Amino acid sequence: MSTIQRDMSLTGQPPASINAIQKLGTALGVGGLLILLLATFNVNFPEKTLWLSIALSALFFGIVVFAYGAYADKQEGIKNDGVWFKSVSSRGFLAWVAGLALTGFYIVLYFKAGWLGLNTEGENTGLIALFDPLSKLLSGNPASQWFVYGTLYTIAILAFGIKFFWKYRHNRYEKLRTLSVMFFQTAFAFLIPEFMARLNSDEFNLPYYDLKNIWPLNYYNFEQYRVNDFISAGNVGLALLLFGIASIFVITPILTYKYGKRWYCSWVCGCGGLAETAGDSFRHLSDKSQFAWKVERWVVHSVLVFVVVMTTAVVSTYLGYDSDKYWLTKDVFLISVAVFLTLLFAGIWFFKKEELKQDARYGAIGYLVIVLALIGIHYASGSTLFLIPAETLRTSYGFLIGSIFSGVIGTGFYPIFGNRVWCRFGCPMAAILGLQQRLFSKFRITTNGGQCISCGNCSSYCEMGIDVRAYAQKGENIVRASCVGCGICSAVCPRGVLKLENGATNNRINSREVLLGNDVDLMDYVNQN
Amino acid sequence: MEHVVIVGNGIAGVTAARHIRKHSDKKITIISAESDHFFSRTALMYVYMGHMRFKDLKPYEDHFWSKNDIALKNAYVEEVDTDEKLLYLAQGEKIAYDTLILATGSIPAKYGWEGQNLQGVQGLVSKQDLELLEQNAPNNEVCPKAVIVGGGLIGVELAEMLHTRKIEVTILVREHAFWSGVLPDGEAEMISRHIKSHGIDLRHEEELDAILDDGKGKVRGIRTKKGEEIPCNLVGITTGVKPQIKFLEHSKIETDKGILVNRKLETNIKDVYAIGDCAQQREAIGLRKPVEAVWYTGRMMGETVAQTICGKPFEYNPGNWFNSAKFMDIEYQTYGWVFSTKNKKAYEQHFHWKHPDDTKCITIAYHKDTKEFLGINTFGIRMKHEVFDTWLNEKRDVDYVVQHLKEANFDPEFYRHYESQIQNQFKA
Repeated sequence: MSTIQRDMSLTGQPPASINAIQKLGTALGVGGLLILLLATFNVNFPEKTLWLSIALSALFFGIVVFAYGAYADKQEGIKNDGVWFKSVSSRGFLAWVAGLALTGFYIVLYFKAGWLGLNTEGENTGLIALFDPLSKLLSGNPASQWFVYGTLYTIAILAFGIKFFWKYRHNRYEKLRTLSVMFFQTAFAFLIPEFMARLNSDEFNLPYYDLKNIWPLNYYNFEQYRVNDFISAGNVGLALLLFGIASIFVITPILTYKYGKRWYCSWVCGCGGLAETAGDSFRHLSDKSQFAWKVERWVVHSVLVFVVVMTTAVVSTYLGYDSDKYWLTKDVFLISVAVFLTLLFAGIWFFKKEELKQDARYGAIGYLVIVLALIGIHYASGSTLFLIPAETLRTSYGFLIGSIFSGVIGTGFYPIFGNRVWCRFGCPMAAILGLQQRLFSKFRITTNGGQCISCGNCSSYCEMGIDVRAYAQKGENIVRASCVGCGICSAVCPRGVLKLENGATNNRINSREVLLGNDVDLMDYVNQN
Repeated sequence: MEHVVIVGNGIAGVTAARHIRKHSDKKITIISAESDHFFSRTALMYVYMGHMRFKDLKPYEDHFWSKNDIALKNAYVEEVDTDEKLLYLAQGEKIAYDTLILATGSIPAKYGWEGQNLQGVQGLVSKQDLELLEQNAPNNEVCPKAVIVGGGLIGVELAEMLHTRKIEVTILVREHAFWSGVLPDGEAEMISRHIKSHGIDLRHEEELDAILDDGKGKVRGIRTKKGEEIPCNLVGITTGVKPQIKFLEHSKIETDKGILVNRKLETNIKDVYAIGDCAQQREAIGLRKPVEAVWYTGRMMGETVAQTICGKPFEYNPGNWFNSAKFMDIEYQTYGWVFSTKNKKAYEQHFHWKHPDDTKCITIAYHKDTKEFLGINTFGIRMKHEVFDTWLNEKRDVDYVVQHLKEANFDPEFYRHYESQIQNQFKA
């Protein structure tokens, strides 16, 4: 009985087929994809603007029509019927087809953009050329593979956002959250950077900047070419550079303290936006085992250390030994980083040591020692950069984490591993926000007295693989670093047990041995133990 | 070392085992013929509906049991010999115990209808019932039409389940509205309308007369007491459950409807306890029924008996009554006592508010002379257990509860609030 239950009966299976409207939606969407595919294989579309409009509309409306067919005639409420019976959402044949297609797309996108028609020397061809009219309209420049990707990404978040909106139309938290990710993707990730590019001239050149994309998720934000651009662009550029620094050191801690990491991960972030909309059908595929949790803790924090070391190394390479180019010198920068990390570590150790599990303590000490040693070696020897050259660090981070982990695995394998693999195991931004959320935040998910029936809907539909039930059935608040506050556990709970809340930090982490409802003396007695 | 044997791995037995382990290093064995591991019975419906897999119903990973040194045995207990302190298993094996906890749960109650043992007639309590349902009603080709007899919580769950596989469902309920033996009329009628709005053929004041044989031992339909024949391929019996105690027939353990226990959950035999659905209290506790087939009471009895067995004798003394359920899309919670219109106590007065959209309502019960708050039913609005528990203990009056209702709200953030509407109607 441990395998997938669709095989439980010998005689039959539940209806998993789609209705006529959904078939129409599928046909539209496939039609749109077909145009894009033909363009990729250099079928020449004479009226590019027209055909691009047709293709993108077909994709968008295909998804919307499909969603209409799925939810319009149903009453408000939870719509998870048949999730584990449908091929695409239960790691069936369609899931593997979709997973392989997406993975293939990412590999081509990252490593073989020429196949898509990218031509930096002359005119684009193929798929990228098809997007030229739209790119010229927005930024005035021809399209790149990233423009194609950004356009499709935005369409996915908008169209699947409408689907999600329909699915959870009884739930105002979900509706507002979805409007928020749709807005931030369209305005901040897609339109504003394109418009900013219009301002560029020979003497004024802002780097492409999605303002909500914060370091370390935006791991390249402080690389030399960008910092030079920022500085050369006068006050506007300097403001943007300062905004980038303030985002991670000031804005993020305040918002995370007040609302938990959800303000970013499930309300603003583009990766989160795609996961919550296009990835919604795969949220139950995340691994809930304690083993997976352990792997998650080590991997995500290792990525964080990697990005800190990489960024420190990269920044230190272009800072000089005197302050003629940048007011900050290499020595001052390195010492500042070391002091900051040491103070951060000491602060956590002093105030929150009791809340760190054994492996967290080992990990924290170990990584601090390694980072300080690297900086020390560099400072002492002067010439060798962090044992490995900074450029090597940068390119391997970009390849391993930026491309393979976040793109190919993170999104390509949505239908196999679930929709938050990157956010859970890989995102260094999520790791920082998670530390803040776990240790310094008002956010928690509260449980409702003794009402939990251990049904498992909350755990099943947790995209981050948190075993929510393990807490709920003990009457314990859920305070987990990885929780992105999507609110689905609360939505799918059939007994009204879970609620996302910001509240006082006292007793935020609690545990009742005996749940509400029983003999008061017994509860007192057991809880004393 | 003392050997504690627990028969039954449901919420009652497993809670007892966990708490005994917390407080002692006694040898613990849990025996079950139903499943290898503990699962959430109340969630069986979600497996049939495709929301979860069976393995998702297990609250603990499989390594939990060996890690906590709790032995699991998949076996059926046929006889209990309390003189020799031995359990006789169906496979011929014997197991010796020092302390025995019976937590065998319930089975569907059938009332001797003609045809009740035909193929295609079943209840929905156990994992085996779910497997049987997959055979009897895998889809709407094998099973185009089902009749459910009895309008309770399992009845509406079964209807929702079959509905997801596009099987036509008729429900026969004896009362004039759904579950109106428990719910006040305003609520019961709203739930009836909601069930019908999903396209389910809910028939009030109808009772089963006989289940009809197709001549090959299978169901072909049913006949109501009014004489109407309804053809169907599945008959769901959801007219309640009864304690599973048949295996104690030849034992010295005293039973009535269930296994008789005192307030310490002890049976008439020393070192033998009974908890959960299968236990029957000798003396009533407050307004509670002597047999309570509810998840939460099973859990609380497990918590209690573990203390007693670990040398800290406790009486089973549950706090304020609470419960919850979900009727299709409408969530229901109750705190304290709100009786149905029919069974209302002489002193009990109701205040009822219903939202115009017909999916949300509350009923507050209070003492008509003292105005003491007695309990609340809430549909479509989540409310806090802890707050009502406090108010009940503090014996707050109904005015206080209505005025402070907002403190009890547990709906997700940004949800609309209805407290002012409720307060306005209460004042009027």
